[in-house]
Amino acid sequence: MIGLMHYLAVAAILFTLGVLGIFLNRRNIILMLMAIELILLAVNINLVAFSAYLGDLTGQVFAMFVLTVAAAEAAIGLAILVIFFRRRGSIAVDDVNRMRG
Amino acid sequence: MNFAPILPELILTIGAIVLMMVAAFMGKRGSNLCSWASVALLLGAVATLGGEPQHAGALFGGQLVADGFSAFGKLIIYLCAAVAIVMAHNWFERDFEHAAEYPVLILLSAVGMSVMVSATSLVTLYVGLELQSLSAYVLASYRRTDDRSAEAGLKYFVLGALASGILLYGISLLYGFTGTTQFEGVAAAFTRDGTTSIGLLFGLVFLLAGLAFKISAVPFHMWTPDVYEGAPTPVTAFFASAPKVAAVLLGVRVCLDALGPAMDAWRQIMTFAALASIFLGAIAAYGQTNIKRLLAYSSINNVGFALIGLVAGGPQGASSVLFYMAVYVVMTLGAFLCVQRMKGEDGEYIESIDSLAGLSQTRPGLAFALAIFMFSLAGIPPMFGFWPKLMVFNAAVTEGLIALAVAGILGTVIGAYYYLRIVKVMYFDAPAGQPYARGGNALETAMIFLFALIVSPLGYLLIGPLGELTGRAAGSIF
Repeated sequence: MIGLMHYLAVAAILFTLGVLGIFLNRRNIILMLMAIELILLAVNINLVAFSAYLGDLTGQVFAMFVLTVAAAEAAIGLAILVIFFRRRGSIAVDDVNRMRG
Repeated sequence: MNFAPILPELILTIGAIVLMMVAAFMGKRGSNLCSWASVALLLGAVATLGGEPQHAGALFGGQLVADGFSAFGKLIIYLCAAVAIVMAHNWFERDFEHAAEYPVLILLSAVGMSVMVSATSLVTLYVGLELQSLSAYVLASYRRTDDRSAEAGLKYFVLGALASGILLYGISLLYGFTGTTQFEGVAAAFTRDGTTSIGLLFGLVFLLAGLAFKISAVPFHMWTPDVYEGAPTPVTAFFASAPKVAAVLLGVRVCLDALGPAMDAWRQIMTFAALASIFLGAIAAYGQTNIKRLLAYSSINNVGFALIGLVAGGPQGASSVLFYMAVYVVMTLGAFLCVQRMKGEDGEYIESIDSLAGLSQTRPGLAFALAIFMFSLAGIPPMFGFWPKLMVFNAAVTEGLIALAVAGILGTVIGAYYYLRIVKVMYFDAPAGQPYARGGNALETAMIFLFALIVSPLGYLLIGPLGELTGRAAGSIF
């Protein structure tokens, strides 16, 4: 029987993978955007699982909000990435280094 | 359904949508119209806040509230947004083609911030925060032909999205373990279960970590100097003022309302964040050569002091935080207005601190204004910047947090060094290099004059009215 704990464990693993993906990845900024999506999806799994477990609709409505915001966020992220690429001709993480201090 | 309590948000949302169309169809020709129309909309929204504070109670099934606390926050936020638009109007005149969209983004960001300060549910909290952040990411990279601006936008976006994710994960845990997203319900669950539940504790920590990022409190401050340096100056001035006020006020409401019964749990976290921000903000500013970076560390440092008021808690602590933020935005906007005056003969902007050398001889008025802002940010009496610091320390001492207050005062002393270094460079170093170009927008000069007047010792005349306003605002969340 798959219970609440299983869903929470999957969400926790996905969340950790997402956070690690942002910090450990040194290659490519697109990977960072994917890691961010992973985090948001982990949250959605949490919300929907809790919602089903509690028999309360709020969590599912919230998940809809999160999906919408995630779409807007991805659009803005890619747009910023494009202007960055136009200036530098690279999207490697190590090239984001014009300012240090 | 009575829409009067959300009138300011409605005005700004509809206005922003209309102006977006104007910007799209008129292009650069529409930039004048958009700027002034946006300022008018913001001032109109401020006007609707006047009169008796509305206690309309919970709106939309308890998602939002329009009380004195949110009215106070909106007042500051809208005024800061209007100043940021006026600043940018001049700034973009020189070399930028898409100036018309800028005020629209500021308006949308202001709507997000008003939702933040009136949120009474975790859902509206998240939606408001994201509306504010998404506009801010675009604003940071607004000067897209500039390397540093694009990089600032990218850094802000990646770290901001990560912080939102962390905040959201905390919210999902709080929802799961309390069964509700309303602040009242969350508070009731904390009263019932105490802080014994691991799930609740995790949710609390993640939520506060996400909020700490938005107010750039240590240890989530890494993005601040880079973003402040790279973003266009009016945008930086905006970031340092309005979003910070909104996030601090949101933090106050979340901590004292939703997490109120768990005060013991968040107090330790906030104490650490406050002291770490004060000391890191003061110490890391030493080696900076760029004035915008320096002001970024100054904003980290100042948020630490506001957090001391939050740690004190209670009506007195909350009102001291409101007072602190109100005076802080005047000082910081004034400082950025002066920074915007630092430009060479060709109209290019200069940001190095060295170029300020001998400013007192070449531009005595500007040097004097900047010196007033620096003294005030350092909290040196008799400048007005001293009073809010006194209030937060007073709130901490009243609550018996004497060690915290002593550490904070120590931080003020360390921080004073780098503010005074700027004054020293301006007044005691020989002029070096080209003096700045003369002239400037009369409206901006008037604002510098007004802000300098407010933070000068004359500002003490404001203690009565401002104190009453903050006291009433803070009282409405208890």
